[in-house]
Amino acid sequence: MTTPAGGDATSEPNSQQAGRGISRRRAMTLAGVGAAGVGAVAAGAGALIAGGGQASATATAAGAVPFLGEHQAGITTAAQDRLHFVAFDVVTRDRDRLVAMLQEWTAAAARMTAGKDAGLIGAVGGVPEAPPDDTGEALGLPPSQLTVTVGFGPSLFRDAQGRDRFGIADRRPAALADLPHFAGDALKPELSGGDICVQACANDPQVAVHAIRNLARIGMGVVSVRWSQLGFGRTSSTSRDQATPRNLFGFKDGTANLKAEDADLLREQLWVQPGDGPDWMAGGSYLVTRKIRMLIETWDRSPLAEQEAITGRTKGSGAPLGRRDEFDEPDFAAKGDDGEPAIAPTAHVRLAHPDQNGGARLLRRGYNFVDGSDGLGRLDAGLFFIAYQRDPRKQFVPIQTRLARNDAMNEYLRHVSSGLFACPPGVRDAADWWGRALFS
Amino acid sequence: MRTTRFVAPAAAGLLAVAGLTGCGGGDDADAPAGGPIAVKATDSACEVGSTEIDAGQVTFKVTNNGSKVNEFYVYAAGDRVMGEVENIAPGLSRELRVELPAGTYETACKPGMSGRGIRGALKVSGTAASVAPDAALAEATASYQRYVRSQTAALLTKTEEFVAAVKGNDVAKAKALYPVARTYWERIEPVAESFGDLDPKIDGREEVVEEGMEFTGFHRIEKDLWTTGDISKDGPIADRLLVDVKAIVAKADAEKLTPLQLANGAKALLDEVASGKITGEEERYSHTDLWDFNANLEGSKAAVAALRPALEQRAPDLVKQLDAEFANVEAALGKHRAGDGWKLHTQLSKTELKVLSDSINALAEPVSKIAAAVAR
Repeated sequence: MTTPAGGDATSEPNSQQAGRGISRRRAMTLAGVGAAGVGAVAAGAGALIAGGGQASATATAAGAVPFLGEHQAGITTAAQDRLHFVAFDVVTRDRDRLVAMLQEWTAAAARMTAGKDAGLIGAVGGVPEAPPDDTGEALGLPPSQLTVTVGFGPSLFRDAQGRDRFGIADRRPAALADLPHFAGDALKPELSGGDICVQACANDPQVAVHAIRNLARIGMGVVSVRWSQLGFGRTSSTSRDQATPRNLFGFKDGTANLKAEDADLLREQLWVQPGDGPDWMAGGSYLVTRKIRMLIETWDRSPLAEQEAITGRTKGSGAPLGRRDEFDEPDFAAKGDDGEPAIAPTAHVRLAHPDQNGGARLLRRGYNFVDGSDGLGRLDAGLFFIAYQRDPRKQFVPIQTRLARNDAMNEYLRHVSSGLFACPPGVRDAADWWGRALFS
Repeated sequence: MRTTRFVAPAAAGLLAVAGLTGCGGGDDADAPAGGPIAVKATDSACEVGSTEIDAGQVTFKVTNNGSKVNEFYVYAAGDRVMGEVENIAPGLSRELRVELPAGTYETACKPGMSGRGIRGALKVSGTAASVAPDAALAEATASYQRYVRSQTAALLTKTEEFVAAVKGNDVAKAKALYPVARTYWERIEPVAESFGDLDPKIDGREEVVEEGMEFTGFHRIEKDLWTTGDISKDGPIADRLLVDVKAIVAKADAEKLTPLQLANGAKALLDEVASGKITGEEERYSHTDLWDFNANLEGSKAAVAALRPALEQRAPDLVKQLDAEFANVEAALGKHRAGDGWKLHTQLSKTELKVLSDSINALAEPVSKIAAAVAR
């Protein structure tokens, strides 16, 4: 699906394309009654992606998250339960093809997040001789709060050979500076980086996988999958409506996360502001991903007190050590009965806390992962860390530098993958598409 | 041996392809005035006696003055094979008769039977009516059937040579002939696979052998050649292979294909590459997977090219995309040539294989759209 290059594609509104699609539920009904020419029935299904703003807190877990808006959905959207994340290499050097694919992706994502098929014809609406333009595994499933979020990696601007393949090297934001090597990093290059990333989150893993699979297919010949990651069990809450979940160490994670309700903090810490860098990123955010393998078995046989000391919180309630409730502010000056700090200097919560990092905060929306076992009978498991921020140089980099040097938890962690991406602002209206401001 | 088969689609009745009217055939046509055009082929040159000719039935007389086995092709746009002769041994001459409407073509000699060949322009002028849509489809099947016959003829010849080498216990010669004979099989694999009982006997890999069935065919001999090197007991297997190949050639030559089958066959060949060749599963002992890769690609291209005049009428944008993606795969694969053949699968890095995989996937997507364009 790489055909609509050229001028037509840019003038074809996404909402119009989306409106001509057919809902998955409706497609199933039609298939059920044996309608042959489903494609012809599709007209007039109505625009489903109209309206701006971000996820409404009142939407049900199966509903649709609005696609259009000032910011991309999938950042402050209340964290869904499931993730399929993929990093692509761009394999074409043809800028027009890349642009055409981004336009196609935008239209397909608009449809899929509304619970519709990826293509205009759909999984069952086309001629019998042709492969369907939707893969079909989400037929009959609700939108499941699917969000699809796109980011551009440093290598899109200048590749490993230093080439400016698409004439955008001068538009690379200074904030999209390659991450430094952190102490203890054991990164696998084949699992790291990428020119373009897509984060698909949903409350149903099949819906998230469907979204990635269809975008990868649309992108064949333009992009190639470099690495991908499935996640389950969100490890952060991004809304005060959500309870704090637990990571695979059994601890609550994301207690002090930036939340969708913190409008002032989001402006200060999350969204790129006009004047921060190139205009095309205003309203966007920078994404850092880290695949962090957890040494589950050794953690599990460490004493509770040690686990809590390493974390700096109690395992049960999640309260900071020396305090009572989860959301109590940690008291880093407090001493324990032994006269030592209640929260150790090497405790994770201390080192990661904004007070210890010049006020720097992150919006995290990571996921647990289990990629089976590693051949030695150990769970190949851990945390797929995802953090959005206004400027990684001032946020992720100093925080991770401190953690990498001093965090007692490092004994149980291995950072095996790393990614950095500039996520542009939201798709504003029907004529807009991912990356328009960057490529126009 | 694959799972995808060149089955006749249930919807084939949709295609009101009238009988094979008009073009094609032509074997009985009168010889053109002026006699055959002489083609002098060597290992490094391809001299075509006349490069501006009149439309109609044309005969080329190809003489191989080189030291390598040669081939001669006449291509229309998109490398659509208008005619070809395979396997011209050094010192021999063979004739190619071909019906050429007005247009621009390319001639090619392929010393060593590999690569794009030594190309030359051929201009054909004169009267030739433009082809009507349905006639274009009819011509597509006729054209592809000519291609199949040329490949089956070469398959038979090369299998005979391979079998003789095996029976003569000439391991080195058998090893050299193995990927060459298979080239002709792999180019038309979906046609061959439509005869379900013969395919596993000729091309079955060890794991497909069921209880009570013997492991025979190319891959059985491949295993012996490249693992123990002992083919002294393979005489009966080789004889059996030749019998089976003769049977399938007779069936393939008689098979009437539909345009939809061409479209699906072109896709199936690329799926073969994407699933079996890129992984090295197919030629697990000889590692000559890139020979198969190239042959599958050429076969796919031949089927697409046969449909080209019809596609130009029905889906011109698709034709452009196909041209670009075929060129991309050929360029990616071309980096792995080794002499007249190809590097071994084991000589390619994971990164190089991924580049090939990406290019095949990029091509297979538009190829998968041909059937719908043909069907409408």
